Amino acid sequence: MKQLTSCLGTIAVLLLSSGQFLAAEPDLQQGQVVYERWCAPCHAPGNIYPGTVALQTKYEGKIPAALMARTDMTPEFVKQFVRTGVSIMPFFRKTEITDSELDNLASFLVTKNKN
Amino acid sequence: MIMKLPPGISDSVFNLAIKEFEQAVGKDWVFTSEADLDLYRDAYSPFKGEEEERVASAAVAPDNVEAVQAVVRTANKYKIPIYPISTGKNLGYGGSAPTLSGSVVLDLKRMNRVLEVDEANASCLVEPGVAYFDLYRHIQEKGYKLWIDTPDPGWGSIIGNALDRGGGYTATKYRNHFDAHCGMEVVLANGEVMRTGMGALPGAKTWQQYKSGFGPWIDGMFSQSNFGVVTKMGFWLMPQPEGYLAGRVEVFKYEDLIPLVDIMSDLENNGIYTGMPMLDVPLINPSMLPGEAMRTPPPAEVQAILSKPGGPTAAELEAYCKQHDVGLWGCKFQYYGPEEIVRAQWAYTKKRLSVIAGARFSEPEFYTMPLTPEQMQKVHKVSLGIPNLEMFFIGARSPSNPNPTRGHIWFSPIIPRNGREVFKAQRVFSEASRQLGLPVFPLAIATTYWERAFIFIFGFPITDDIEFNRKNREAFRELVKIAAANGWGEYRTAPAHQDAIMATYSFNNHALLRFHETVKDAIDPNGIISPGRYGIWPKNLRGNKV
Repeated sequence: MKQLTSCLGTIAVLLLSSGQFLAAEPDLQQGQVVYERWCAPCHAPGNIYPGTVALQTKYEGKIPAALMARTDMTPEFVKQFVRTGVSIMPFFRKTEITDSELDNLASFLVTKNKN
Repeated sequence: MIMKLPPGISDSVFNLAIKEFEQAVGKDWVFTSEADLDLYRDAYSPFKGEEEERVASAAVAPDNVEAVQAVVRTANKYKIPIYPISTGKNLGYGGSAPTLSGSVVLDLKRMNRVLEVDEANASCLVEPGVAYFDLYRHIQEKGYKLWIDTPDPGWGSIIGNALDRGGGYTATKYRNHFDAHCGMEVVLANGEVMRTGMGALPGAKTWQQYKSGFGPWIDGMFSQSNFGVVTKMGFWLMPQPEGYLAGRVEVFKYEDLIPLVDIMSDLENNGIYTGMPMLDVPLINPSMLPGEAMRTPPPAEVQAILSKPGGPTAAELEAYCKQHDVGLWGCKFQYYGPEEIVRAQWAYTKKRLSVIAGARFSEPEFYTMPLTPEQMQKVHKVSLGIPNLEMFFIGARSPSNPNPTRGHIWFSPIIPRNGREVFKAQRVFSEASRQLGLPVFPLAIATTYWERAFIFIFGFPITDDIEFNRKNREAFRELVKIAAANGWGEYRTAPAHQDAIMATYSFNNHALLRFHETVKDAIDPNGIISPGRYGIWPKNLRGNKV
């Protein structure tokens, strides 16, 4: 995955240098803003957050309960849950989280623990 | 493309309208693919997987009033039903799906500007896409000494919640979100923009200061209705108080609820406390910590008493409370203001409640503003105007709820504010629940968002089991009828039950609904705005009632 990311990064740089904007480097800062706005109110670390308690109950500690502590998620996994919802968590419309914001959110959640 | 077209609209007419919508808002903000339209389903739909599920034919997301006007004009020209949503987070009361399948959802989430905050006047003017979280963040960033009043989930629209007549948790004056509004801007079915209250007077500087303007005050007509698209609303905000005090009383006899409610209401009506009085049942949930009530099941011995056939007797409940030294009923009183005042108000509250033999009072919590981060974790956040999502413990997986639901819808009748009527409602709903095979809550307690009346709120879980959902829908309808037979009516509901509930407001051969229909036909003759919402159908679709 890491290889693929850096490979995509190279392509993005090449495309940018040739004046095209077909693919961009993920904007991790925007990803973090989206996380804080849309995910953290339910998924931040602590037992006052319903999403965190739900994942703690489900995985019994085998996987970290707070999203920010997880290392097993892929971008596709993040996008799937945002756009389909699960259990009590509704899905999110594109007027709430745009496709590019979702890309950045997924990149942020996937890469935050790898640096 | 699989698409459910609006009733009576051909493919070619629909496509013409879509092209015009694209011109109005830009191609990126007109959604017609199946995947995109899935995002406009009601995540908590009680019809999921059934033909009756309410689905959109398209969604259009303007980001300014002129674009809203253009969309409405197009819809009016082609007689295409549109369904405005604000943030689309009206979960449990309909979400982002239309009442009439095939409607085009008019998604106003992109109109998310806080247009004005006037700190001295303690007011704001916002667009429909502004969520409670957004206004809270805006106020924090600017450092205004103002509070918002938020319902449990903070991601809802300030305008949408007010228009659906939702409630919050701070001072009396602000908890009724519709009452707290001051001035509106509305796009009418012909595309014209209208402002209400002082907003109708060009150059007035009092749009967010004086509510009713001149002549008939029509703002209420745009709540729980389908008479226009509200594009701006003003609200009065609560000045940040110097301090907050909360004190609890517990009483130990079953009938103590009667004087407790009487005194609670008299103190509220006299302005002795300004916060929300919060009744509770300590024997079911002794801790009363934030969130805890939703996560911790009652002690096993209590569950055994509650689940006895026919329900618990007063003597059994009182014996348990005596043995475990825990209250049968409790109430938290909340006060906002300078320390010397709120402490005096609490002292007076205790004095009045001391007529109830054995009443026991807690040491009050007291905080000065602003709260420290540690304090913020401890308090009932919404009582201090802090938006959050902790309410989603209802239904979410947790140690006490190993089988999470997929959502819920609320059955929420208005009940007279007195203790005897609470007992009656507990008996009536327990008996009905037993007969309908629903969970029984013999000590369900009333809630006090609004002055003068109580509300009971029961959540009906939504699952992926079609048969379970169907039975629950039928049980819901039965409860509506049983409530109405007792003089209790619902304050708000999801599209699935709007016709059924409107039908119970039937005084003089449904004179009220017939008035709504007369208005609807006059101001929206093509019936394009939210057909069927709150039971109001335009004349061309009046046979659609369910």
